[in-house]
Amino acid sequence: MKKILSVLSFILLATAATAQDVEALIQKIKQKLDQVKDYEASGKMKTNVAFLKVPVADIKLYFKKPDKIKFKTSKGVSFIPKGAVSVNLNNILGNGKYTALDAGTDKIGSTVVRIVKLLPEDDNSDVVLSTLYIDETNLLVRKTKTTTKENGTYELELTYGKYISYALPDKIIFSFNTKDYKLPKGVTFDFDDGTAKKPVNKEKNKKGRAEIVFSSYKINQGVADAVFL
Amino acid sequence: MWNLFQIELYKISRRPRTYISFAAITAIIVIFQFAFKADGESYMNLLLQNVQDNFTLDKGKAINGYFMCYIILNTLLIQVPILIALIAGDAISGEANMGTLRLLLTKPISRTQIILVKFAASFVYTIALLIWMAVMALFVSLAIFGVDDMLIFRVKGEESQILQITQDDIMWRYFAAFAYAAVALTVIAALAMVLSVFAENSIGPIIATVCIVIVCTVVSNINVPIIDDNVKPWLFTSYLVGWKGFFYINSTEDGVPIKGSLENWPAIRNSLLILVAHIFILLGIAITAFRKKDILS
Amino acid sequence: MSVIVSVQQLFKEFDGVKAVNDLSFTVNEGDVYGFLGQNGAGKSTTIRMLLTLVKPGSGSIKIFDKELAANRSEILRQTGAIIERPDMYKYLSAYDNLSVFARLSGIKVSRKLLMDQLEKVDLAQRYNSKVKTFSQGMKQRLGIAIALVHDPKLIILDEPTNGLDPQGIADMRKLIINLSKEQGKTVIVSSHLLSEIEVMANRMIVIDKGKKIAEGAVSEMLDPSSTIVQLETTNNEKALNLLHQSQWNAFVEPSAGLIKFRMNKNEIPSLAAWLIQNDIGIIALQPKHSLEEYFLSLTNPENHVEPVSN
Repeated sequence: MKKILSVLSFILLATAATAQDVEALIQKIKQKLDQVKDYEASGKMKTNVAFLKVPVADIKLYFKKPDKIKFKTSKGVSFIPKGAVSVNLNNILGNGKYTALDAGTDKIGSTVVRIVKLLPEDDNSDVVLSTLYIDETNLLVRKTKTTTKENGTYELELTYGKYISYALPDKIIFSFNTKDYKLPKGVTFDFDDGTAKKPVNKEKNKKGRAEIVFSSYKINQGVADAVFL
Repeated sequence: MWNLFQIELYKISRRPRTYISFAAITAIIVIFQFAFKADGESYMNLLLQNVQDNFTLDKGKAINGYFMCYIILNTLLIQVPILIALIAGDAISGEANMGTLRLLLTKPISRTQIILVKFAASFVYTIALLIWMAVMALFVSLAIFGVDDMLIFRVKGEESQILQITQDDIMWRYFAAFAYAAVALTVIAALAMVLSVFAENSIGPIIATVCIVIVCTVVSNINVPIIDDNVKPWLFTSYLVGWKGFFYINSTEDGVPIKGSLENWPAIRNSLLILVAHIFILLGIAITAFRKKDILS
Repeated sequence: MSVIVSVQQLFKEFDGVKAVNDLSFTVNEGDVYGFLGQNGAGKSTTIRMLLTLVKPGSGSIKIFDKELAANRSEILRQTGAIIERPDMYKYLSAYDNLSVFARLSGIKVSRKLLMDQLEKVDLAQRYNSKVKTFSQGMKQRLGIAIALVHDPKLIILDEPTNGLDPQGIADMRKLIINLSKEQGKTVIVSSHLLSEIEVMANRMIVIDKGKKIAEGAVSEMLDPSSTIVQLETTNNEKALNLLHQSQWNAFVEPSAGLIKFRMNKNEIPSLAAWLIQNDIGIIALQPKHSLEEYFLSLTNPENHVEPVSN
């Protein structure tokens, strides 16, 4: 018991000691993000959900400060994961009041990242907890984990390239929870070709992934409000 | 033989009952189109169920001509055997009932020829019905609902799936599906023909054909393993819905559909072969029975 | 005169019941051949076997001197028929029905040929009317047109006057006689009414329970020189024994029960006298003039077991 207490108090102390630093780090990142007032990004989205077999979609992502964000696909029929709006970091960092906690460091690839936990102060916020993995040298968020009340937990992995100076990623891997999908039996009269006998891995079934690769950004060239309607 | 075939087609074309089927198909399709034009959204929501909790779906164009045709065929192809039976079940027994069979058989035509020609005429009728269905369900729907990618909702064993096929990859699947449906419905025509040989009025074989199809379809859809494994493979009705196989697109490991692919072509091919075998066997039975039959009507 | 139809030892069973039992007969060119029997006697089954509708159990059928089974198409091309009712495609017009069956008979059809044929049976005015609007008589006339449109050598008519009104029956008789006399066609006509065969046929067969009872020329059967005479006596056995030893033996016909003679009507008084001379008690001695009665007596002997009252 003593041991646990001492470990806890150490963590708390450490957190307290570094809270100021973490706060500053977040502010720095926000400043970096702030240079982008709006953008229009073009890219491709690959959705990987067990029950959903959809083709790679050409997408456009529009953003405008403070928190307007819109996905558009070139085709009429498209499935966009709901939590995907959080692909923009402003939507995680933008809404003001939260408590930032330092949760130590980790490694993503060869990069050492600082783990920062953000606890919203607003009780009504859907977000319960956001965890950011921050590359302190480049002031880039490399990974986030967001736990929500309604939509489970989703993860974002960001890879930077051409637009690194604006902190805009070239590639985002968005992982999310899905609910089980089941059509009522007998409704469809399906053709049974005898291949569906393998047992299904239920756990794997419930994770979804969307991979978005951006090919270009038009930054700060103005985006009409009508786009977001 | 060609002469005989023309006469048979002429006879079918002059019968009012021939057009009942076309009218029925038109009515069903128009009702479908009207209903979906008015409130397709609810149907789509029903199919999508909780998918909308996790996904934002642009489903404005999800109800498009291609999707409509699939939904219509899904329902209609279960009913069409009745319409095929209406003509093929009447082929021999109708003439027996009318009294024209004995006159027909005192003409210098062999009984084998008569069965073949009547079967061929039923086949042409089946094709005509399918073409009409294609025009109404596919092309008219495309005109009304427009063109876009198509969503296929499918139950595969324990899983349910939503497949998306891009609009440039659909038309050939419909052609293949209609061709498959033609083979499947020809089995019904051959079955009705066999029953027709044994009957002296047309109601019997029509009802018998429909009953066989209904019973087998119901048994085919009882999802109990013992039936799945032991009974299903022996029921021709299990293969009637094989046209859907052309819409089961194959996908990569990541779940991205591969354009122009089929998930299980061998299964479709085997189903086709089984259906074709049914046609030959049934036709053989019809010919043998008819050749032996004493015409007492 | 050549043989058109030759039937030898024809058998046919349905579910163990012998419908046709060892039937043999021949039809010559130009005959109007009457096929007489009560309903269920096997007429229809025989006619259906001639038209390949029913497969013979055994026996041989030759038409135009060819085996029917092996030369079916060739024979049927030269055969026309009405089997029982004249049934056509009700939803087609008279013209279309005729056209369909003419084409099925393997002939080239022209509008003129078909209209001429309809003219002959007095249906040219109604050529475009659907058959379902036709009376029985009109259907029968159309049936005749269909049976004759391909100019067959052999015409087979099964109960052709069934359901016709008196005028229709008269017309049908006239037509059948005309086919034979004027056009040299061979006609087989079946009926359960002897009066009908009597006026149309030159030769006939009588069948009962699938068996041939009699066959011959109608004129012979009507001939006074071969009148059937029935005799009932107080002691038929004794009478028959005496008859067999007398000059009358030649006229005695084999028969069960009553004693039958085939003899000239004029000799009946001499027969009566001889019977009295030989002390045979006569209960009845009855000549049968009408073919109708002859037919009934052959096919239904009970009709004549009762004592004749007059």
